[in-house]
Amino acid sequence: MQAKRRLVKGNEAIALGAVAGGCDAFFGYPITPQNEVPEILSQEMPRHGRVFLQAESEVASINMVYGAAAAGMRAMSSSSSPGISLMMEGMSYIAGAELPCLVVNVMRGGPGLGSITPSQADYFQACKGGGHGDYRCFVMAPWNVQEMYSFPGIAFEMADRYRNPAMILADGVLGQMMEPAAIPDELPVVTRPDKPWATNGRNGRGQKNVANSLVIDPYELRDHNRKLQAKYAAMQAECKWDTRLVEDAEILVVAYGIAARLAYSACKLARKRGIRAGLFRPITLFPFPTQPLVETADGAKSVLAVELSSGQMVEDVRLAINGRLPVTLYGEMGGVIPSPSEVCDRIVEAAK
Amino acid sequence: MSTVIEPSKAQLPDGMQCVFERPRAMSEKPMHYCPGCSHGTYHRLVGEMIDEFDLLSKTVGVCPVGCAVFAYEYFEFDMVEASHGRAPAVATGVKRCLPDRFVFTYQGDGDLASIGMAETIHAAARGENITVFFVNNGIFGMTGGQMAPTSLVGQKTTTSQKGRDAAWTGQPIKVCELLSSLDGVGYLARVPLTSPKNIKTCRKYMRNAVRCQLEGRGFALVEALSPCPVQWGMTPGAALDYIDDKVVKVFPPGEFVNKLDDAGK
Repeated sequence: MQAKRRLVKGNEAIALGAVAGGCDAFFGYPITPQNEVPEILSQEMPRHGRVFLQAESEVASINMVYGAAAAGMRAMSSSSSPGISLMMEGMSYIAGAELPCLVVNVMRGGPGLGSITPSQADYFQACKGGGHGDYRCFVMAPWNVQEMYSFPGIAFEMADRYRNPAMILADGVLGQMMEPAAIPDELPVVTRPDKPWATNGRNGRGQKNVANSLVIDPYELRDHNRKLQAKYAAMQAECKWDTRLVEDAEILVVAYGIAARLAYSACKLARKRGIRAGLFRPITLFPFPTQPLVETADGAKSVLAVELSSGQMVEDVRLAINGRLPVTLYGEMGGVIPSPSEVCDRIVEAAK
Repeated sequence: MSTVIEPSKAQLPDGMQCVFERPRAMSEKPMHYCPGCSHGTYHRLVGEMIDEFDLLSKTVGVCPVGCAVFAYEYFEFDMVEASHGRAPAVATGVKRCLPDRFVFTYQGDGDLASIGMAETIHAAARGENITVFFVNNGIFGMTGGQMAPTSLVGQKTTTSQKGRDAAWTGQPIKVCELLSSLDGVGYLARVPLTSPKNIKTCRKYMRNAVRCQLEGRGFALVEALSPCPVQWGMTPGAALDYIDDKVVKVFPPGEFVNKLDDAGK
């Protein structure tokens, strides 16, 4: 299939990637910095005979996603941090009812109304549950516009495979920046699993289907939770990560998303200053690539986590490294983006 | 528990025929509702509608949070259990993707008129082609009898123990009156579930609300004024009298919107 490279905005890539990934229905509510996603999908979805509907709120959006997902559709919403907070109840229900869906978070600064500038401060919310109860989402973190295009399809596939909500955790930079990306002209053929559990009308089916997260008997609910936990454990097989310059690295920098772009530039700068720095980039944030990180860190002197938060991903890094090496953090907050040379200074510090 | 006998399968003496049985759309599961509650009646009427319009194979129902949270146990068609108040959004998600299915929500007054008011109003405003079966008993039943947005002024509840004080908590919300200004509404009616005659009226209204969706005329809602004897602290009989004497004065019954072709006939 012809895939010409052209200049694409991150949010546009998410929208086009969702269409290519077989999204049947999108429900969303405006919020900066992700507005291009619904704007583009409001055109693209009807053009392909699919559903786009602007909801009255993020609360309604995620519950429309719940209904569409229950009906067997590839359903999706996108939002930014405050809006994602509003969706957390619905995400918990969707996870509890074991339904697949995709939610994109183009993160902005918080807490509260915060700012509209880029941030990675929603890592805990995305990776540690976010809503109530013991559940996890499958979380992917793109670092360029090409991945903004390709990840929605992968995320839908994972969501269907595990009957579980998937998230794409992007940020205001990735959403708003333009760079070349290969976008095929034709929509790819998407294979979908059968969904015999879908509440789409019995239509001859022998039994009714019920989409539900209510399990009133504590022993049954315990069994349901055990089943969910087994599913999250099985997801470990889907870990994805990327490494750069790590073969001889004495300092291993761990970063995801836009922070990984900065960190990679910083690693190259550090090498010019005589410090062998390498990058480990988790692509799936849940499941976190723990074992690959441990193996990559083998031989390094120390680990530096770089993220646009007060230090959230670093907790998973420390759990993985488990005291074997010193782990330090460079966390920038409030929507401030450090320059590669500022990150490089931290690498130099970590090398002392 | 008594043994359930399918009347249609029972041996009937010659010359006798079965004239009343459980709708095919309903399951055999015994209901959990309190004595004197009308959820059972309203459920049955829903089941009758599904049978009457032959919708069993194409229905997706959406259950609320509240007393009817287990409604999916009592029906034989597909159902989705929504979070509190969000049933119209869930139903929207289903209906927009599968427009040829019959999609309804079943909601109480706390669910529909308190926490879920935004979803109710916007589904109606969009002319969402769904049917809402609304049970208004003026109280939060399942959580133990707290004040609802539809509780009458002066009504004693566990969170208004001296009676609802309008100066502090406002007046009851009249859902049909509120929604009737919205152009997306195709059918709106209110009826007390207090007598065989009123139940027949309710059946008629529900039939119109189903037809409204099947004919693509937009949002349809039937509000059933229902008793909650346990949380009202009344006998079942007194609770019905209370509806006929007091509740209907605040919530007048009747059709508010009817955009069917044979409206008024």
